Amino acid sequence: MLILTSFFSEYGGQLLFKTWEHIYISLIAVLLGIIVAVPLGFILTRVPKIADKFMSLVGIIQTFPTLAVLAFFIPLLGIGKIPAIVALFLYSLLPILRNTYTGVQSLNKSLLEAGRGMGMTAWERICMVEFPLAIPVIMAGIRLSTVYLIGWATLAAYIGGGGLGDFIFDGLNLFKPEFILAGAIPTTILALITDFLLARLETKLTPKGIKTSAETA
Amino acid sequence: MLTFKNVSKVYEGGTKAVNNLNLEINKGEFIVFIGPSGCGKTTTMKMVNRLIDISDGEILIEGENIRNKDVVELRRSIGYVIQQIGLFPHMTIAENIALVPKLLKWPEKKRYERAKELLKLVNMDPEYLDRYPNELSGGQQQRIGVLRALAANPPLILMDEPFGALDPITKDNLQDEFKNLQQNLGKTIVFVTHDMDEAIKLADRIVIMRSGEIVQVGTPDEILRNPANEFVENFLGKHRLIGQRENLQTVEQIMYSDPSTITENETLSEAIKIMKDRRVDSLLVVDEENVLKGIIDLEMIDKNKRKNVTISQVMDTSFYTVKQHVLLRDTVHKILRNDMRYAPVVDEDNHLLGIITRASIVSIVYDSIWGDDSNTVLSV
Ligand SMILES: Nc1ncnc2c1ncn2[C@@H]1O[C@H](COP(=O)(O)OP(=O)(O)OP(=O)(O)O)[C@@H](O)[C@H]1O
Ligand SMILES: [Mg+2]
Repeated sequence: MLILTSFFSEYGGQLLFKTWEHIYISLIAVLLGIIVAVPLGFILTRVPKIADKFMSLVGIIQTFPTLAVLAFFIPLLGIGKIPAIVALFLYSLLPILRNTYTGVQSLNKSLLEAGRGMGMTAWERICMVEFPLAIPVIMAGIRLSTVYLIGWATLAAYIGGGGLGDFIFDGLNLFKPEFILAGAIPTTILALITDFLLARLETKLTPKGIKTSAETA
Repeated sequence: MLTFKNVSKVYEGGTKAVNNLNLEINKGEFIVFIGPSGCGKTTTMKMVNRLIDISDGEILIEGENIRNKDVVELRRSIGYVIQQIGLFPHMTIAENIALVPKLLKWPEKKRYERAKELLKLVNMDPEYLDRYPNELSGGQQQRIGVLRALAANPPLILMDEPFGALDPITKDNLQDEFKNLQQNLGKTIVFVTHDMDEAIKLADRIVIMRSGEIVQVGTPDEILRNPANEFVENFLGKHRLIGQRENLQTVEQIMYSDPSTITENETLSEAIKIMKDRRVDSLLVVDEENVLKGIIDLEMIDKNKRKNVTISQVMDTSFYTVKQHVLLRDTVHKILRNDMRYAPVVDEDNHLLGIITRASIVSIVYDSIWGDDSNTVLSV
């Protein structure tokens, strides 16, 4: 207890700052991921022939070791927050892309046909039918992606991106386990809170009529 | 109003789904396409709202080639009901019904009013307006599916096996309801089905198709009377051909014209006496002019026997009657299905003419299915 209070009095400010840094690196990466992956997912559903190949390609990128990717960006983008965000952004793509694609792809075809037959334009079908109905699945992808990213963002410290990873790397370099914990525990808590909040958001965004059916299913 | 001119459809891969189809559909007509699976019914229908491209020939609506119309506008001006119902689960019933009006940018209030008005047509409570499709039964959902097609008041409605997935009783009710609706609203309907009973019941004209071609077009009676060839005969089914004579009979021709009756101001003991004499357990109650007023049976008498009352005070006044000129085929199902023992036959002014009993109908149905001599009947 005493150690804890003395740690907080000494590093409390820094901890808050690093946590904030951590949040915003992850958040920007995820937001970029959403902006790119959701529309891309929709586009892929229109070209199913290319879609499968494209998905496996992104899947392969995903398997590259995170540290290697981060290191790879150093010569390209230097060090700092930007290469860190770019790398994290790439990792955020796959879960969102995959969920958007499957979410839209697995929608009941008769609904789309009904929409077409009643005279919806392609854009109206996306906005009024496909998107609202696919929201639960898309949101699940975003949630998964964000939680992963909060974990991976600790590695951003390796290329000078900052965040809670700084504590962990310091702890490793200086053989100070309390620093490692000071990085790891808030990261975990952050991931849990984010998961919880996004789950609430997911329920909130899910249209009412499909909520009840999902509960009974 | 809807014209098919040498219309053909060849799918990629070479399937010839529709072959040189010619047909003229009149305004307000109820046309039913029927034929074996894969004969091209759906393809024919979907070419009308351009969900499927025409390979050759042309389709005209009110004389205008549909190819020259904007495809989105064309579809919004044609009602469309699909077999899978296809209500949008995330939209309320009101939103589902008034979807095309929404696409047409009607103001919200007008759309809601329209949904309400339509819901009334099928006798559904307005409280359903704010519910979601998954809270409705299959039959109710399909009603909404039909209303959705009516919402923007299109003159032409396409329906692909809309009642296919419903249980027989719901289906029967919906068919009755819809036929009435169509006659009142004067819509032109193109309807696809597998079900010959449905076709006979609903159609003004039936179009029988086989492998992409029309085999016969005609009113149900014409087709039943003169099937064009063996294919149509087989498709109609032996029992319908044999039964057609009976099917075309009116109720009057088979009714029993001397039912047991009693006048309404008689006493209960008089009623018991008549029942005893004629060995029946219920009587039809009429007034001096022989107008049917009610029905009384032993049970009602038994319940009231200690009271000093007249027949008219204890008789049952809610009962099902049939009009004399109704075709037998339209009554048989109702009587059998609703488990009625008999139905009084009346004229336009409700004068009692006779009675048809379940027993007499059952014997006719047996006759028409197995016949007494199928050879002679087949050659009719
Ligand atoms: N998209 C398609 N591509 C290729 N062939 C098709 C396509 N759709 C239908 N067909 C073929 O065209 C023919 C007619 O199909 P259609 O769906 O019009 O039949 P249908 O009369 O509606 O049958 P059902 O009663 O089973 O619904 C069938 O042989 C079918 O296999
Ligand atoms: Mg079909």
